[in-house]
Amino acid sequence: MDDKDQESESKPAKGLSRRSFLRGAGLSTAGSVLLTTNAFALEYKEHRNAGEEFGPDAMTIKMKVNGLVKSLSVEPRTTLASALRDHLELTGTKVVCDRGSCSACTVYLDGKPVNSCMMSAFDVGDKEITTIEGIAKNGELHPVQEAFIEHDASQCGYCTPGMIMSCVHLVDNNTDLNLDDVKDATRGNLCRCGTHPHVFKATLAAAKKTI
Amino acid sequence: MDTRKEKFPYGIPGHNLSEIEREIPIEEPPVWPVNDKLKIIGKRVTRIDALDKVTGKAKYTSDVRLPGMLFAKMLRSNLPHAVITSIDISKAESLPGVHAIHLIENVQKEGEENKNGKYPMVKYVGQPLGGIAAESLEIAKDAISLIKVNYEKKPFVIDIESAMEMGAPIVFDEPITQQEDGGDVGEVHDGSKGEGNVRGPSTSSFFGGPRGDLEAGFKEADVIVERTYRTQVHTHMPLETHGVVVDWRPDMMMVYASTQNTNAVRNEMASIFNLPKSKVRVFCDFMGGGFGAKHSAGSFGPMAANLAKKSGRPVWLMLDRQEEHIAEGNRPNSIQYLKIGARKDGTLTGIEQRSHGTAGVALGAGVGRIAQILYPCPNFATEQYDVLTNAGPGAAWRAPGNVQGAFGLEQAIDELAEKLGMDPLSYRDLIDKSEVRKVERQRGAKLFDWSRRQPAGSGKDVVKKGLGVGQSTWPRFVTLDSSVEVKIHNDGGVEIRSSVQDIGTGTKTILAQVVAEELGLKVKDITVNIGDTFFPVGPGSGGSVVTGSITPPTRNAAFEAKKELLKLVAKKWETDVVELFIEDGQVGSNKNAELKMPFKEATKLMRTSQISKIASRSDDYGGFQQPWGLAYGDLGSVQFAEVSVNTDTGFVKVDRVVAAHSCGRPLNIGQLESQINGGVIQGVS
Ligand code: FES
Ligand code: FES
Repeated sequence: MDDKDQESESKPAKGLSRRSFLRGAGLSTAGSVLLTTNAFALEYKEHRNAGEEFGPDAMTIKMKVNGLVKSLSVEPRTTLASALRDHLELTGTKVVCDRGSCSACTVYLDGKPVNSCMMSAFDVGDKEITTIEGIAKNGELHPVQEAFIEHDASQCGYCTPGMIMSCVHLVDNNTDLNLDDVKDATRGNLCRCGTHPHVFKATLAAAKKTI
Repeated sequence: MDTRKEKFPYGIPGHNLSEIEREIPIEEPPVWPVNDKLKIIGKRVTRIDALDKVTGKAKYTSDVRLPGMLFAKMLRSNLPHAVITSIDISKAESLPGVHAIHLIENVQKEGEENKNGKYPMVKYVGQPLGGIAAESLEIAKDAISLIKVNYEKKPFVIDIESAMEMGAPIVFDEPITQQEDGGDVGEVHDGSKGEGNVRGPSTSSFFGGPRGDLEAGFKEADVIVERTYRTQVHTHMPLETHGVVVDWRPDMMMVYASTQNTNAVRNEMASIFNLPKSKVRVFCDFMGGGFGAKHSAGSFGPMAANLAKKSGRPVWLMLDRQEEHIAEGNRPNSIQYLKIGARKDGTLTGIEQRSHGTAGVALGAGVGRIAQILYPCPNFATEQYDVLTNAGPGAAWRAPGNVQGAFGLEQAIDELAEKLGMDPLSYRDLIDKSEVRKVERQRGAKLFDWSRRQPAGSGKDVVKKGLGVGQSTWPRFVTLDSSVEVKIHNDGGVEIRSSVQDIGTGTKTILAQVVAEELGLKVKDITVNIGDTFFPVGPGSGGSVVTGSITPPTRNAAFEAKKELLKLVAKKWETDVVELFIEDGQVGSNKNAELKMPFKEATKLMRTSQISKIASRSDDYGGFQQPWGLAYGDLGSVQFAEVSVNTDTGFVKVDRVVAAHSCGRPLNIGQLESQINGGVIQGVS
């Protein structure tokens, strides 16, 4: 299956739907995975064909994360969130609900926010992952990060990476945003400390708007 | 003890700010003026750890990754009430990647027959039975599913009202005691009083017992409100679940814990494993919320330690979301009967309160002291009962009991005002004697524009709007066992050390502010190393005790360290130390403006590589209401809410809240706003 088919299967907005995720990796409960996507990127690509079964043992895959190509050995049932946290020690991405309902695990897949707890690591293929660790460039914070500090938009901070991923995506892709846009962008992000008012303020400030 | 007299700012700025004279120990630092005259205290200082949080670098307990670390999962009961006849772990044991299995067993006294069986009786779904450590979390989960537990089912009860009935299945047929991090029942009854599943009541608190004569009070009343209110069970749901990573080294047990109380976890682990406190180190740098439920090592702490011991490897044991819901604490529900009487002019003549709540298999489902203390009333009595059910244990939650109690009481006061034909806000002006809340009502009402409130039934649309007001109070507690160390290093560095933890409220930042203010430095010049039990013991983060307990000794330690440093400068300048001060990073002299020395240079005068001072919380200068640390003081809040309700769909929307809170001297306005936002948002969610 080529890239185009993959595109049509995954939803563009908040990532892959649970259904397309299951199509990709849900069979892992049966002990193996049916290859339905371009799961093996880079040098592995040539050797894998659609319809091929693999697993349940760990296999080495490559993944482009924050601009660097990493090699990791994961089982087919490994989620992207677990691959990042447990295999690549990129623990900025948080797992809170592990079922696609809190957005704490938000990362970008080719620039689009997805819930990494809902995606198989094998399904990343040759797409590029950006995590919270990759938002600041060359030690320079993104304006949203700066505004989060300035406006005290983080309390315990556990939801903060996910919040920032949602808000950075908004600010980078919408030049004329308002409060409702910010509310929309963070609608899926749970925060138990109640940082929302400061998150809104910070994001609007980063976009050079004030409430 | 040598003392001196000092005048302190006292009262509410912009209202009745005055001065009060106190006699204080001679060695205490001079009084700080009001915040306007200070440089760093009370200002909008950004959090010192915010950069780590916004870049994903902050390491929480769940992020700890140690060489050779195993991942663990708990085995939990899936029945609410049962006797375990056997547990078969053979399949789990032989799963590749499994390193250790630990089952919770009844402790058998030597030479005694174990009447209770090998395993503890199951009392609720989710009760921990054991745990497995494996090379990955997936393997640990697989292994758990391979364990076969054989149960003998017993009748169970999970509904509070059914549990109160005669003939209901009995949850415990013995007295039980309050668990460490349980809720608050005022006077903690010993769990032996009562019948069946109903335990208690508790009838008094440290504010006293019943007052006056209720019967006479109600006879005097012209108007009586008699109502039953209900509040539901809530689960805390911090985004980071409960859990630990235990690294049991030969010389020491290292525990990374997501906790509100490093010191309590250390003490628990030391006592369970019979280790000296000095051999257990609990560490919590960043923690993802607790809201009252994370004060103890729980069962996951000892489980991780047992698995670490058996496997000889560090063990990561964080709970998942479901475990968090069923087994790691909740705010108990309540059914509260209230009877309040008043004369025609509004004067309260009697308050009677009787509550039942269930904290599952634990005690602590009381409704607090708010009905006892919010409004003076000569005749008062409360009876607060715990009802045991086959459900997970409750735990303290942000002002335990108080929230439920405030809801009931304030509803009843509103109804009373309505019966008396009075505006609910003016009625509170009449019966509430607190000066703080009076000002809060005035300022809040103005901001909220209370005057636009219409009588009930005025709205004609499908979506109806209501404006309401509610009040609360909370005692001012101080943990006297609160200590901190301030170090000045000879490279100009300043360090704060304490076991006190920052649970997201900004404790690290306010400590840095206090020391920076005292030492005439910038906040960024101060390094804060806290959340580590190898440092002086600080308070647990609960009951709103932290800031009032730990910032005074922090200032004192900084003051002492500064004195020692300035002595060295005085010697060099051949002046008297009392003339010297530090401001904007420079040591200066009152007498001679020519004399100047950067702070960093001054630290080079030290003979040793550091000056270190440890200070502990002293008593309040005006004394305590209770010697253990119940302080005098009028904390309280008034909140106004605008709520719309769609009377067709039932959709409820909180449109606006104005919250007026008193907290003593505010240390950081930004963080304070955040905390109040958080309280309000969590309260309505
Ligand atoms: S952890 Fe992925 S959405 Fe909650
Ligand atoms: S800051 Fe604690 S959960 Fe959002």
